[in-house]
Amino acid sequence: MLTSREFRARLELLPDMKLKFVLLSAAVLAGSLSFVSAADVTGKVTLKGVPPPEKEIAPLVADPNCGKLHTDKKPTTRFYVVGKDGGLADVFIYIREGAPKGAAAPAKPAVLDQKGCEYIPYVLGAQTGQKIVVKNSDPVMHNVHPTPIVPGNQEKNRAQMPNGPDLEFSWTNPEVFLRFKCDVHPWMFAYVGLVDNPYFAVTDEKGEFKIANLPPGKYVIEAFHRKAGKVSKEITVGSDSQKADFTLEVK
Amino acid sequence: MPAKSKSSLLHRFAVLTAAATLCLIGIGGLVTSHEAGMAVPDWPTTYGYNMFLFPISQWIGGIFYEHTHRLFASFVGLLTTVLAGWLWFKEPRRWMRWLGGVAFVTVLSQGLLGGLRVVLSKDQIGIFHATFAQLFLLETTAIALFTSRWWRRREAQTGPLLATRGFRSLAIIATIVVFVQLILGATMRHQHAGLAVPDFPLAYGKIFPRMDAAFIQEINQHRLDARDYNPITAFQIAAHMAHRLGALMVLLLVILVWRRARREYGPASALTRGTLGWVGMICLQALLGAATVWSNKAADIATFHVVGGAVGLMTGTLISLAAFRVRTPAGRTVPWENPPREDARFSQPSIATMNCGSSVASPHLALPHLNDDGNAGDARVRASRQVQGKISTV
Repeated sequence: MLTSREFRARLELLPDMKLKFVLLSAAVLAGSLSFVSAADVTGKVTLKGVPPPEKEIAPLVADPNCGKLHTDKKPTTRFYVVGKDGGLADVFIYIREGAPKGAAAPAKPAVLDQKGCEYIPYVLGAQTGQKIVVKNSDPVMHNVHPTPIVPGNQEKNRAQMPNGPDLEFSWTNPEVFLRFKCDVHPWMFAYVGLVDNPYFAVTDEKGEFKIANLPPGKYVIEAFHRKAGKVSKEITVGSDSQKADFTLEVK
Repeated sequence: MPAKSKSSLLHRFAVLTAAATLCLIGIGGLVTSHEAGMAVPDWPTTYGYNMFLFPISQWIGGIFYEHTHRLFASFVGLLTTVLAGWLWFKEPRRWMRWLGGVAFVTVLSQGLLGGLRVVLSKDQIGIFHATFAQLFLLETTAIALFTSRWWRRREAQTGPLLATRGFRSLAIIATIVVFVQLILGATMRHQHAGLAVPDFPLAYGKIFPRMDAAFIQEINQHRLDARDYNPITAFQIAAHMAHRLGALMVLLLVILVWRRARREYGPASALTRGTLGWVGMICLQALLGAATVWSNKAADIATFHVVGGAVGLMTGTLISLAAFRVRTPAGRTVPWENPPREDARFSQPSIATMNCGSSVASPHLALPHLNDDGNAGDARVRASRQVQGKISTV
């Protein structure tokens, strides 16, 4: 049986605990609600028209150090990677208007690698402020030369020895596409779609993409391919997954 | 060593320096043609090594072109330093000593420009670097000419200039247009957009191509190249067409210069032969330009085109300078095979030929007034002058 002093002491605590309980429950509920209402946007980009044929990268094949890294198949350019049913790869999909601001850049870096004297992947997405790590998995030296053109994004040029330490880059201003090149091997290029929010994707070899956890709202979503051009559309995202297909045309 | 041998040695060294400069322009052209300008990210070191100790095993890909360019540039810098020092301490003509100093400062500046282009990653500096290289080539060429026995012998000569004001002006104008054409070419090359117009003599199948946005988008959609050049813009197409028109203008001007020389000095004159060589050189350069387009800007052909432009500029400079040096030797007349039209008012000479440095006796001519500076100046005046012992000296 509690004494009166103990009861008063417990009574004094009770309102705080109650308040805390109420607040905690509200937070959990709010978080659950937001998790439940954010939706994914999926889709496919299809190429209409006949693209020009890809070309063999003759200087790569002829290079005495790089050519021997491709014994099975001759490397070709990767301008239009089109799947069997017309799905176009390497299209950068991003929220051009309406994206919530202020999201912190992810701690996990975006990664570019150099293999067989080619950049892998060819097209990459990243958020402003996010680290872009460049690896050199080749037995030859490269120079990693990003060439941004948006004012405020600084051009850099750094040597990278064979299997050498990773290089890190980051920029603060959105730029689609920010080009990486190697001047030692002038056929090497990669392109980074750099945006100020985490809602972006790059289409796969089937032309398909998915942007996850987009909060409810109205947006303008854009599909941007380096050669085929760009097309955008308005979408309204609710609690359910949204579909957004695009068609790009080669004239 | 006799003074004459020493000056001959100096002249030969100056010629070596000019020739090395021309080679350096070719090597620099290879750097841009192979898109290797940034293949070595640091300067003045090379991948952290002292430039002269960089292992040959690492001269791979684009590094080979950029690194050899730097090494050869150092060699030209050394030659220029020796030449400038030689001129400063041994050259009796004060203006020549200063010209050597100017060449030294120019080559230093050029090295600095090249380094800054790399360190600051600025393509625009590359255009200055390319243009400055041509100016430096003109300096070394001029020094080679001014130290030659040919020039020195004529410095002592008095008498009216052989070349008319009209010829001199035309030669200078043609040389300047060649220089402007070179700047335009350098601007095009440093866009890193490859060939803005892929066919010749037409342009996208027409005399003058479309430049609207829809057409340019279509071009860029279909343009695949392993070198993945920057997308073509309307400005680049316009610059390319301006370069083609500039080439036509250069050819016409140089032909005019030759025709004037032939008319004024005869077909056997050294000036006439020199200008005919210039015409041939420009024709070859035009062919190289066409070959650059037909070969889809093959690196070696494009580089030959760069060197051809430099040689065309050198030739024009030499002709222009020579036109201000060659004088009518005392005791000689200046006959014309085909007198200029403006001579119609005066008595016509009989036909004879004349060479720079030697001439053939000619018939007597009437003697009008001379210009205040004693120069012929006006072909009309000279054509009707009797030179024999009656011309006042400058």
